[in-house]
Amino acid sequence: MEHPTTNTQAESSASVNDFCMTLCTVNGSGSATANTILYRALFNMGIPTSGKNIFPSNIKGLPTWFVIRVSERGYLGRVPYDDIIVAMNADTFQKDLSYLPEGGVVFYADHLQKPADARTDVVYYPMPIRQFVRQAEVPRNLREYMENMAYVGVVGQVLGIPLENIEYALTKHFGSRQNALESNLNMIKTGFAWAAANLTKQDRYSVRKLAPLTDCILTDGNNAAALGALFGGAQFCSWYPITPASSLVESMIAQNPKLRRDPQTGKNTCIILQVEDELAAAGAAIGAGWAGLRAMTATSGPGLSLMTENIGLAYFTETPVVIWDVQRVGPSTGLPTRTAQGDLAMVYRLGHGDINHILLIPGSVNECFEFGWKAFDIAEHYQTPVFVMSDLDLGMNQWITDKFAYPDRPIDRGRILWEEDLARFEGSWGRYKDIEGDGIPWRTVMGNQNPAAPYFTRGTGHDEYGNYSEDPQNWAEMIQRIKRKLQNSCEYLPEPILREKPGARLGIIAMGSTDPAVVEGQDQLEQAGLPADYLRIRALPVCAAVREFLENHDRVYVLELNRDGQLYGILIQELQAFSQKLFSLAEVDGLPMTAAWVKQQIIVKEQQNG
Amino acid sequence: MDNTQTARTERNFVGLSPVDYRGKPSTLCPGCGHNTISNQIQQAIYELGLMPEMVAKFSGIGCSSKSLNYFLQRSFGFNGLHGRMPTLVTGACFADRRIKALGTSGDGDTASIGLGHFKHIIRRNVPMVYIIENNGVYGLTKGQFSATSDLGLELKHQGKNFLPPLDLCMEALISGAKFVARAFSGDIKQMKELLKAAVMHNGIAVIDVISPCVTFNNRDEALQSYTWGRENEAPIQDITYVPRARTIEIKDFQEGETREVRLHDGSSILLKKIDRDYDPTDKNAALDLLTESYKNHYFATGLIYIENAPTNIYDEFDFVEEPLNRLTPDRLRPEPAALERINQLYQ
Repeated sequence: MEHPTTNTQAESSASVNDFCMTLCTVNGSGSATANTILYRALFNMGIPTSGKNIFPSNIKGLPTWFVIRVSERGYLGRVPYDDIIVAMNADTFQKDLSYLPEGGVVFYADHLQKPADARTDVVYYPMPIRQFVRQAEVPRNLREYMENMAYVGVVGQVLGIPLENIEYALTKHFGSRQNALESNLNMIKTGFAWAAANLTKQDRYSVRKLAPLTDCILTDGNNAAALGALFGGAQFCSWYPITPASSLVESMIAQNPKLRRDPQTGKNTCIILQVEDELAAAGAAIGAGWAGLRAMTATSGPGLSLMTENIGLAYFTETPVVIWDVQRVGPSTGLPTRTAQGDLAMVYRLGHGDINHILLIPGSVNECFEFGWKAFDIAEHYQTPVFVMSDLDLGMNQWITDKFAYPDRPIDRGRILWEEDLARFEGSWGRYKDIEGDGIPWRTVMGNQNPAAPYFTRGTGHDEYGNYSEDPQNWAEMIQRIKRKLQNSCEYLPEPILREKPGARLGIIAMGSTDPAVVEGQDQLEQAGLPADYLRIRALPVCAAVREFLENHDRVYVLELNRDGQLYGILIQELQAFSQKLFSLAEVDGLPMTAAWVKQQIIVKEQQNG
Repeated sequence: MDNTQTARTERNFVGLSPVDYRGKPSTLCPGCGHNTISNQIQQAIYELGLMPEMVAKFSGIGCSSKSLNYFLQRSFGFNGLHGRMPTLVTGACFADRRIKALGTSGDGDTASIGLGHFKHIIRRNVPMVYIIENNGVYGLTKGQFSATSDLGLELKHQGKNFLPPLDLCMEALISGAKFVARAFSGDIKQMKELLKAAVMHNGIAVIDVISPCVTFNNRDEALQSYTWGRENEAPIQDITYVPRARTIEIKDFQEGETREVRLHDGSSILLKKIDRDYDPTDKNAALDLLTESYKNHYFATGLIYIENAPTNIYDEFDFVEEPLNRLTPDRLRPEPAALERINQLYQ
């Protein structure tokens, strides 16, 4: 049996509950389960942890990495290095080694060829996992999968993850599937016992239990969005598969029967329908929204490109519909399995002609749930498409997040008129008439039996009653009213969140899933003597609080995960008076933002500006 | 007494007059085949005694789609995007399944830009009447070839068409439609009966109506002209729709007999043989008929194919019977306890 070797002395300073570990595996090998077990065991120990899956657009055979960051202080953004790697992929072994700092740790399957010129300044723990699997007489088809389970035991033992927490994670994962639970647990125990008997701890990384995270849950943003939609009363979802949005609708399909049986009849109250393409997905959702259903679809950038004409129709016919954009990297097919915030500018003005939309931008898994239900209220209240701008990092990765809070207000169906309601208007109702003076008209929907209810919906020019019109004044008034309607929506949208630092004259504006990186970067800047306040925008159009933030700061950096600074572009256009104060810091490479980047970029810019 | 006066005094069994089924005045060209279709749609719905509010109208873009506004003013209507009409219906129909959906489309809308949606809404078997107002030419953009233009057709600014036409009845059949018919704007009696049967069919009913464009494609030799249609039309049967008839099974029939096809709601279609045996429940016979009629340059009209449709897309979803769009919020939002269970599960 090969024994662990150390070529350097591990640094003396212990690192407890503060490291980054990457599990380097081959996709399709079943490593996802093993990685989830490790991640969940850490969560069960009460340690703030994040898990990011960096995976290829492929089914089997290409490298994939699962990055677990453990941070007692609660920093859950990505870091651009590893402290520990678990090497299970021969093809990437050499390169994976290069991400380690001096004194870093390498767990590796001992059947992998350790590179001849492998680094000597790190700690190596070889793992005889094939031997474990052989001894356990695992059926041939499960061997590769079980090899992954074996490393869970070894790594867990060396880091100090108690078996009971691993067992809890297994129970959560396998539920009532007793056989699967047992065979997996046995393999983990084998690795665990072997490590205890044969490995001497030589590195500085370990974990220890903290108070349980009782107010937190572990799930992904797409699942949260699906649940939010179902708690928001979604009645119709048409969709077309696309990474990284598919799992959102698949979660809806899984949860719908449990959550949305009509309490009176036991029948379904939400229809989920896969259709032939994204044009149909958008068209069907718009048809449903027009007919008075809470309707939605979920897609990503390429799908939105296809939906564009339909979105213009919904905007101009004032049809409520909710569209989730789980962003991936574009242009074109781009990087389908990597994350970005590159659709913002397109979506904000999606469609030809004079157009702009309401966007909600969740910054946590919890907000994916919250905006999941709120989006319907907003769409129906303003009778317009509402986009929820998630991304792959938020949507497909498991996050520790606050427990979901039950909606704190009743469902808002907006201004909708049924048979008896029409009498109130004494014949003066018109579908596009601004009766209340706030730009939001009243609408009737298909099925209303009052002979005065039906109207003709058209994407062509129309007057207040829906009649065809090419009248110049009518057109100008119609398009201005819709603009006014959306400008007024700010009061109803999620307000920005301000995180302040004492004495800050600098400002940071960011949005969405970059939140953990920005928060950590903000703290690091403070330590470096550059205190900055941070405003996280959660919706567009731009609201008054953003203007106020700009008024109160000398320089404001807009941080985002795209090439050209799309949020920055929207801000300088809508808040031109402040354009001298605004600076864009934007970059995209497919990976989530890091605090190190935030800090470094702002320091460099400050040196230029200061 | 002129037509309008007759229309005002006449009543159907729900107490409405033909005027209640009218639309806005047509702005299509005088003599346009589409106007005939609009008239027959409103007449068919009137004679069926459906309240106009129980019908919803959908269309895409083109002259055929504009025509949506020229009938059934008391029905909800949605004139959407070019080729995308079926997608709107797919979503809207779930809101209130009592409503009869009726779509008008053209050959550009259906055979070109929307061919995918056409075939997929048939696969889904969304209950609707899908009417193609087929004139073999783009009218609203002033005279370009469509995908149903005949091979060799010459148009003023386009030259000669080098592409073979698609047969939309054929496309409907091979996509699995259980009600496929072809009509002609020059044969209003047949069209009206087909429309009534289509409305009562429990699933998607496709009617390809050859509807001449008097402005851009009505030269005598053109496949979709009035003259060619009148000279070559060969109805495959004489068709009569009979509402809520006694129980009639599909019977074998011999020459000279009348075949009766029962629809899902108990009404039936009487098909009287004209000059040769034709079994509209035989899909192969239907495909043969379409192939042969194109090859031999005759114009077969009538009920080309019908199959009993006991179920449609609604049956796949086990959803509430009452209109989904009238469910109150308490039936749409799960209880707090359900969320509490989820929070516990994810801990």
